[in-house]
Amino acid sequence: MTAYLKLDHIDKIFTRGAATTEVLKDINLTIEKGEYVSIIGHSGCGKSTLLNIIAGLTGATTGGVLLENREVNSPGPDRAVVFQNHSLLPWLTVYENVRLGVDKVFARTKTRAERDAWVMHNLNLVQMAHAKDKRPSEVSGGMKQRVGIARALAMEPKVLLLDEPFGALDALTRAHLQDSVMALHQKLGNTILMITHDVDEAVLLSDRIVMMTNGPSARIGEVLEVPLARPRKRLDLATSSTYLKCRQRVLEFLYERHRFVEAA
Amino acid sequence: MNMPATKMDIEAATPAGTAAPVVAMTPKRPPRSETYARMARETAVRVIPPLVVIALLTLVWELVCRRAGSALPPPSRVFKDTKELILDPFFDHGGIDKGLFWHLSASLQRVALGYSLSAIAGIALGVLVGQSVWAMRGLDPLFQVLRTIPPLAWLPLSLAAFRDGQPSAIFVIFITSIWPIIINTAVGIRNIPQDYRNVAAVVQLNPLEFFSKIMIPAAAPYIFTGLRIGIGLSWLAIVAAEMLIGGVGIGFFIWDAWNSSHISEIILALFYVGIIGFVLDRLIAGLGKIVTRGTAPN
Repeated sequence: MTAYLKLDHIDKIFTRGAATTEVLKDINLTIEKGEYVSIIGHSGCGKSTLLNIIAGLTGATTGGVLLENREVNSPGPDRAVVFQNHSLLPWLTVYENVRLGVDKVFARTKTRAERDAWVMHNLNLVQMAHAKDKRPSEVSGGMKQRVGIARALAMEPKVLLLDEPFGALDALTRAHLQDSVMALHQKLGNTILMITHDVDEAVLLSDRIVMMTNGPSARIGEVLEVPLARPRKRLDLATSSTYLKCRQRVLEFLYERHRFVEAA
Repeated sequence: MNMPATKMDIEAATPAGTAAPVVAMTPKRPPRSETYARMARETAVRVIPPLVVIALLTLVWELVCRRAGSALPPPSRVFKDTKELILDPFFDHGGIDKGLFWHLSASLQRVALGYSLSAIAGIALGVLVGQSVWAMRGLDPLFQVLRTIPPLAWLPLSLAAFRDGQPSAIFVIFITSIWPIIINTAVGIRNIPQDYRNVAAVVQLNPLEFFSKIMIPAAAPYIFTGLRIGIGLSWLAIVAAEMLIGGVGIGFFIWDAWNSSHISEIILALFYVGIIGFVLDRLIAGLGKIVTRGTAPN
């Protein structure tokens, strides 16, 4: 297995005064190029912290992140993030939100006209070109998240990081957006790492599912391969035995072996 | 702050363009006369109550002050005494014997200068205090004490420092209006959501770009709250300061009228001061509305 993104012995300890909390303990994971990996776990298990460490927004206490064998420890467009609550800048239009990143990343390599075309290309990919002059407050929640995805894609990241990207959406919009992300992954072959707490979403989208134990000191409990052929169809999978088996496995892990005690 | 403003210009231009097709769809539109009637009604609802109140108050004032020996003149007397000042605000007989326009414009110029300086310095200091924990720890206690000093208490000190009335008055304006601008800007900067900072980090904006593209637009609503309080305070301070420094200016005009026992002129000047203070406040509020459109979180 060729490591494209490698998480090497990551520990994370939060210190507040004299109190220390170990959030993550000895996280090791390698991800291949073009792979779609989901990280699933109960809330509070530190999966968002892990994503922030990969994105470079938070530092790991020990260990590090290697991207193409080079250590990365500060944020950058090579690991673009789609944030949970879209995080579009409300004073910019849809177009300008995407353009902001494009202007920085391709400042030297693309001309003005090329950058404009590239922004429109990415808005087209997520079917948002029609709303390019609207402000985020004027489009729906699903559309905002589409723009968030376009903004991340437009930076041509080596790894696309999705932080519970569909968490704030209603079920129908979520399904629609999951299909879009699947189609984009199929078309562009991005390496994607997604944080989620939705079992069906993880099984439907991922090549591998990384299951985290409960915090504090969360570890990787189990990694499950999802041997479903792509392209996957939501309706066909509902009756596929492989799908059901994978789903069963994740559910067992989350609700039997690592039940979230506080939630009960 | 320029960037959003220019964008607004573009935006402001579009509604006119999009409005045209709507006009073409006449069938659903109510008849023109009806629209005018509705507009007239809406205006009446807003304008009539204050007019009635003003009329009543004037009447009471007239009745109270009309009797012989009252200390203050009734409105009819005020109007009779100040008719010339109202009708010809532009005369200039040299010295301080000028029309009200010249007094007001001198005051407004001082405010414009002092307030512009305090807006620039206030926003800069506010950004510093909002952004840096150490600057906040060091400067905030100082600001909290200094901002409670009444404007006029600064005047003798600034007269001693500048040895001239004009810069002293401007300094008083500056020092009076800067505190709310600093404090509100700092709060605005401190309240920039972590999300926006994360976006800036992923996109790798440099500090200058972060300042102009994230910080200022995100903090703009707070900044304008500070600017609005600041313009009110500076208009409060100028009248008091001018009474003491003399020369041309509405404050000294009032003081001069008092010394010459022209009570009617004082009342007229107060009207002007009130109306201009109101206009200044609306001006900044309106500017804030245009600039911060779209910055509210969604």
